Amino acid sequence: MSEGISQPDQREPIEAHAGDKDLFSKFDDIIALREGLLATGQTDPFNLVMEKVLSPTRAICNGRETILLGTYNYMGMTFDPDVVEAGKQALADFGTGTTGSRVLNGTYQGHKECEEALRDFYEMDHAMVFSTGYQANLGIISTIAGKGDYIILDIDSHASIWDGCAMGNAEVVPFKHNDIEAMEKRLKRIPEDAGKLVILEGVYSMLGDVAPLKEMVAVAKKYGAMVLVDEAHSMGFIGDNGRGVVEDAGVIDDVDFIIGTFSKSVGTVGGFCVSNHPKFEIMRLVCRPYVFTASLPPSVVATAATSIRKLMHGSNKRAHLWENSKNLHKGLRDLGFKLGTEEPQSAIIAVIMPDLQQGAAMWEALIKNGLYVNLARPPATPANMTLLRCSLCAEHSEEEVAQILDIFEKSGKEIGII
Amino acid sequence: MDRAQVDAKIRELAEPFNKKGVTITEETTFQNDLEFDSLTVMDFVAEIEDEFDIIISMNQQAEIENYGQLVDAVNKLQADA
Ligand SMILES: Cc1ncc(COP(=O)(O)O)c(C=O)c1O
Repeated sequence: MSEGISQPDQREPIEAHAGDKDLFSKFDDIIALREGLLATGQTDPFNLVMEKVLSPTRAICNGRETILLGTYNYMGMTFDPDVVEAGKQALADFGTGTTGSRVLNGTYQGHKECEEALRDFYEMDHAMVFSTGYQANLGIISTIAGKGDYIILDIDSHASIWDGCAMGNAEVVPFKHNDIEAMEKRLKRIPEDAGKLVILEGVYSMLGDVAPLKEMVAVAKKYGAMVLVDEAHSMGFIGDNGRGVVEDAGVIDDVDFIIGTFSKSVGTVGGFCVSNHPKFEIMRLVCRPYVFTASLPPSVVATAATSIRKLMHGSNKRAHLWENSKNLHKGLRDLGFKLGTEEPQSAIIAVIMPDLQQGAAMWEALIKNGLYVNLARPPATPANMTLLRCSLCAEHSEEEVAQILDIFEKSGKEIGII
Repeated sequence: MDRAQVDAKIRELAEPFNKKGVTITEETTFQNDLEFDSLTVMDFVAEIEDEFDIIISMNQQAEIENYGQLVDAVNKLQADA
């Protein structure tokens, strides 16, 4: 996401009366944009309600059975019987919530077991569970990179990374997306004795493209920087053991921190950081977004731990998900759609729309034909593109992928963009 | 390099980004007058950084609203480099 560098809107309203200007005036442009879109009779793409969820790949939306192709349920764990059972048991045994911080009364047996599952999954020494992935980025980044330190990061980084940078007051130096040379040039210019943190993502979620981590991590190390990689969209799927792009690129031992989330492949909610740093445990006392918020409910950590352990043995599912990704990519391209990457690189396939108007119309046609995808628009998208983001699930069958392609063809012809 | 030379160089770098051919003075703002969006800012800043072999962190960028301030900042950074 590029919103970290978008600046607050400072345009004066055309007719500014003293009375109708308040703190909300800064949102006038976005309110107008939204109202303009809805006035055309367009269904609001950001207000969809799932009335019933049938499986990881099916739900009832607006009374219609819909194929889900816009969730982050990559490994389809949300209805796994063992995972559901673990949650039920924890709910019965430990109650609905901890009502406290991890450092006070909010660490239960389940939180410890969940961290143990993460250490086993990554084969790393330390694991720290946060209440969300957003807070994991916010907390770790702002705590380790403070005033006088430098953060070198990809311009398309996720909002939670930008917010962590802002909160810590480090000097923030962005570089062009996935550009190894641009990154190196900036590292080279930073004072040698300054603390440096390089922040990268395994998979960038807007276009579904992967970072050249092998080269980038080597460059970061050459300049003495610590490296943090957000593997939110690759966990469970990429790498032989599902440890992410760092594993696939063979650099897992060279990165200092991996940030992840339970809200995608793990199938629940929560976030984490794993590390081999010998002093890592001190984070539990100094990281404010860890300390000053309630811990996850027992049922959530129980489902997470069970799911993470099952993901260790998910190689068949990983293989099937790659098949799905390849089939969908090829199928969409053959239909004449413009895609975010030349080759499928992850479980996300982004279809590039000509503009927001047609993107919203296509989104609506798809949902009416029984397919849910994510509509992404500026400023959350790179280069101000409008995207229909498709994220696949290991539980999508081959037939379902074929059906998805049929719906794309029908809808694209209705709208007249293919 | 003195301030006038820095100014001349930055003016040259700004030209391709100045799509509407706005006359640039010390007071010209990047956001309102030149209508630079965040991506344009990134590309423009990268060109300046490479030209002068400096870093203009986002924290520093946040303090810069108009052209004169940019020239001042770059002038100082390149003198310190
Ligand atoms: C790259 C990236 N990092 C972090 C997060 C935050 O994760 P969570 O949903 O657990 O807050 C997300 C998901 O939105 C993400 O895409």
